[in-house]
Amino acid sequence: MSSERFDFAIAIGGAAGQGIATPGNVLARIFIRRGLHLNAYNAYQSIIRGGHIFLTMRICDQPVHNHGDKLDLLVCLNQDTMDRHLCLMGSGTRVIYNSDTITPGTPEDGVHLCPLPINELTDNNRNKLVQNTVALGTILYMLDVDFQILEDIITMQFQRKGQEVVDENVGVARAGYDYAAAHFEPFAQSLPSGGKPQAVWTGNDALAMGGAAAGVKFYCAYPMSPSTGVLHWMAQNARELGIMVRQVEDEIGVANMAIGAAHVGCRSMCATSGGGFALMTEAVGSAAMMEIPVVFIDVQRAGPSTGVPTKTEQGDLWQILGASQGDFERFIVAPTDALDAFHTVPELFNLVDRFQCPGIVISDLLISEGTFSVDPDAIDMQPGIDRGELITESNNGASDIPTGSQLANGHGLIGAPSNGYLRYENTESGISPRALPGVEGHAHVVATDEHDEDGVLVSDEFTNPHKRRKMVEKRARKFRNIAESIEPPALLGSSAEDAEITLIGWGSTHGVIREAVETLNREGVAVNHLPIKWIVPLHADAIREVFDNAKKTVIVENNHSGQFHRYLRSETGLSADGHIRKYDGEPFMPHHIVDGVRELLAGTTDIYVPYQEVIV
Amino acid sequence: MSVETLPREEVEAKPVAPLKAKDFKGKVDPDWCPGCGDFGVLSSLQRACVNLGLRPHEILTISGIGCSSNFPGFFNSYGMHTLHGRALAVATGAQMANHELTVFVTGGDGDGYGIGGNHFTHTARRNVDLTYIVMDNQIYGLTTGQVSPTSSIDMRTKSTPFGSVEAPINPITAAIMNGATFVARAFSGDARHLTGLIEQAVQHRGFALIDVFSPCVTFNKDNDYPFFKQRVKKLEDEGHDPGDWKAACEKAMIWGDEIYTGLFFQKKGAPTLGDQEPVLDEGGAIARRELGITVEQSDRIIKRMM
Repeated sequence: MSSERFDFAIAIGGAAGQGIATPGNVLARIFIRRGLHLNAYNAYQSIIRGGHIFLTMRICDQPVHNHGDKLDLLVCLNQDTMDRHLCLMGSGTRVIYNSDTITPGTPEDGVHLCPLPINELTDNNRNKLVQNTVALGTILYMLDVDFQILEDIITMQFQRKGQEVVDENVGVARAGYDYAAAHFEPFAQSLPSGGKPQAVWTGNDALAMGGAAAGVKFYCAYPMSPSTGVLHWMAQNARELGIMVRQVEDEIGVANMAIGAAHVGCRSMCATSGGGFALMTEAVGSAAMMEIPVVFIDVQRAGPSTGVPTKTEQGDLWQILGASQGDFERFIVAPTDALDAFHTVPELFNLVDRFQCPGIVISDLLISEGTFSVDPDAIDMQPGIDRGELITESNNGASDIPTGSQLANGHGLIGAPSNGYLRYENTESGISPRALPGVEGHAHVVATDEHDEDGVLVSDEFTNPHKRRKMVEKRARKFRNIAESIEPPALLGSSAEDAEITLIGWGSTHGVIREAVETLNREGVAVNHLPIKWIVPLHADAIREVFDNAKKTVIVENNHSGQFHRYLRSETGLSADGHIRKYDGEPFMPHHIVDGVRELLAGTTDIYVPYQEVIV
Repeated sequence: MSVETLPREEVEAKPVAPLKAKDFKGKVDPDWCPGCGDFGVLSSLQRACVNLGLRPHEILTISGIGCSSNFPGFFNSYGMHTLHGRALAVATGAQMANHELTVFVTGGDGDGYGIGGNHFTHTARRNVDLTYIVMDNQIYGLTTGQVSPTSSIDMRTKSTPFGSVEAPINPITAAIMNGATFVARAFSGDARHLTGLIEQAVQHRGFALIDVFSPCVTFNKDNDYPFFKQRVKKLEDEGHDPGDWKAACEKAMIWGDEIYTGLFFQKKGAPTLGDQEPVLDEGGAIARRELGITVEQSDRIIKRMM
């Protein structure tokens, strides 16, 4: 804890099934209602009962962009947590544990061990979850929070289960609070209050809400960690918002079903993780070929293959870049945090509607499953909607019935509709007005086979090379100057002239790099930061300008092989001077970047791989 | 928008002339081999659409990949020629998003029972309101003659030069077991019978399968027109009760000197997927609704987050 600002981190560790989520949620509500900012990361295993869970909640009086470097309070729900994590605690910190079941280790000097005799405090209550509520009382005493606030939240949390359960929980929380008052020293800084109340969400909530705001009416998915939260939000809110939500037999079905709904006019979206996205890839290309706008979300987890299902990584970039055979147009975007993800989805829907192609959002476990505070006024659920060139009404009494002369022409008949409507008209922009099925006078076939302007398959006659070339070029023309449709990346931190190092990150590393840059600048090391969000289109010129003016460039990414670095080189020929990479399943902490910058400046290495201290 | 629109009333005021089968002719003529069974399916579907009073823009015909999956290009309606095996998944999305369309899915045995088998199972159990016409020729034609999921044991093909050792799938019993509510079989050599079955299938609310013997004259010399002509017997002529699933399965298991065609099984009144989707209770097709959410809905969502 620094003295000038409130910056405090609590960790709660235990086994799956020990009920970490409930105290986590109670604390989160208390913090955000007081106007504090929250960034929480839950490290967990792919197991429903047992395993080890370690929830880190960082609370600040200013916006907070990562889960931080250090802990102030450790809550041990089992011996394992004590054994694994006591070593993380430094002078002035507190460790709360059930002294009936947990033997404390040997802490560093200045660590306050705070044993709670749970059986005595709870009158030998046999409910194993009761220790969590006692701990909550103790935590809030230590943060100088009035007990009434905890009582109100517990009442809200348990009122569905009846007054008896409420009374029991309030009683044991009170016991923990009073016991702490009698035996433990509170923290020097009390929990601030009076800030503007915040809202709380996960990145998956934000992605789903972005979809709802964009007007998604069809969402389908196959459950896969860490993307399932999007499905859960959609399912929970579907009826109220008029969104159709389907759980499908596999991700191949998901992608194709989303395309079917999109073709008839819905804004349609689906989310998965890397393995599921692999199954979707053929459909991605089919949406591009049929020119159907649809949004796919890949929430990355550590690969390859089934990989580490509950751990984070930025390892799917090349899979996404290479998803589906052939050359085709699509957008690829990697939002930098939950709020950015929320804003990105409607923006992407407008783009895919205008350019009639698929769009892919790259998230990861860190963003999607993290829990964050958000300013409620920043959640604008009425974004502008641009559906592009869409024909939804019949016009001029057009008919779908071919005339006698059209029929007499046989092969090569241009446009059965009497108005000569061509779904894939070879326009100057490459964008052809899209008629929705059901509109009279515009009947046409869309095809995954190459087709002519009227939708007729090129291979149905003979494979006409000139028609093929025309249609490839028509689709490609849609993306001529496409970078103009999105914001270029902007340099943050020290000015280009001063910076000794320019850090380049993409997607979810934004929050941790941002803090590392602030720390380094404060310590007199001039560093700046170029966060990349749009992968396709890539603002190559803007990036080249930064590289041209940088003294030393370092790419930060959460993978082993430097996937973004390789992509950047392939698109621009630019190569970075150094790299900070992490591929152990856990996200970067700010000091990992700070240490990396120092090492790279000292010239001891070109690729810095930080050591992960928190082992879960 | 580049196309001017007229007020709806003027469009609707125009008299609607009865259509002829040729009005459902597509932009190009079929590229099937002369004598292909699929011609009979195409003409039967065109005739059924005339008899049902459907118009091209009210229909969405969706296929996968294969000879028979070229179907939408030869038929005048909205069409989607999608990926191999995925037609039913695409069709489910399209039908649920705009249930006002009449949805046909057309394809072959490899497309539907092989690579698309998973979607076949789940579309049947969901009872999606569409008509699935499988042109079953018991061979892979477009890849020039390999064994298919419905090829008979011992059948010699390019990929089974010494005879297939795998038992074929029975599409009729499979569909019934998976929960399909309308299961029929036809022979493309009997267009009148097939036309009638298609009309019934469209009028049926729910997932309707018509497995059509549609001989491949080029690559399947075992199951040709004479093979079926000698064997097919109509269930209707035997007083079969389509409400009796056990009798339907018994008839469907018969494969020898006699092979049954007709309506094996129908469960009337079963709710379709759309019937059970509360989002469709009112407001018409979701594809045609206004986008976005209201300020009140937004406020409720954000309040729950605080």
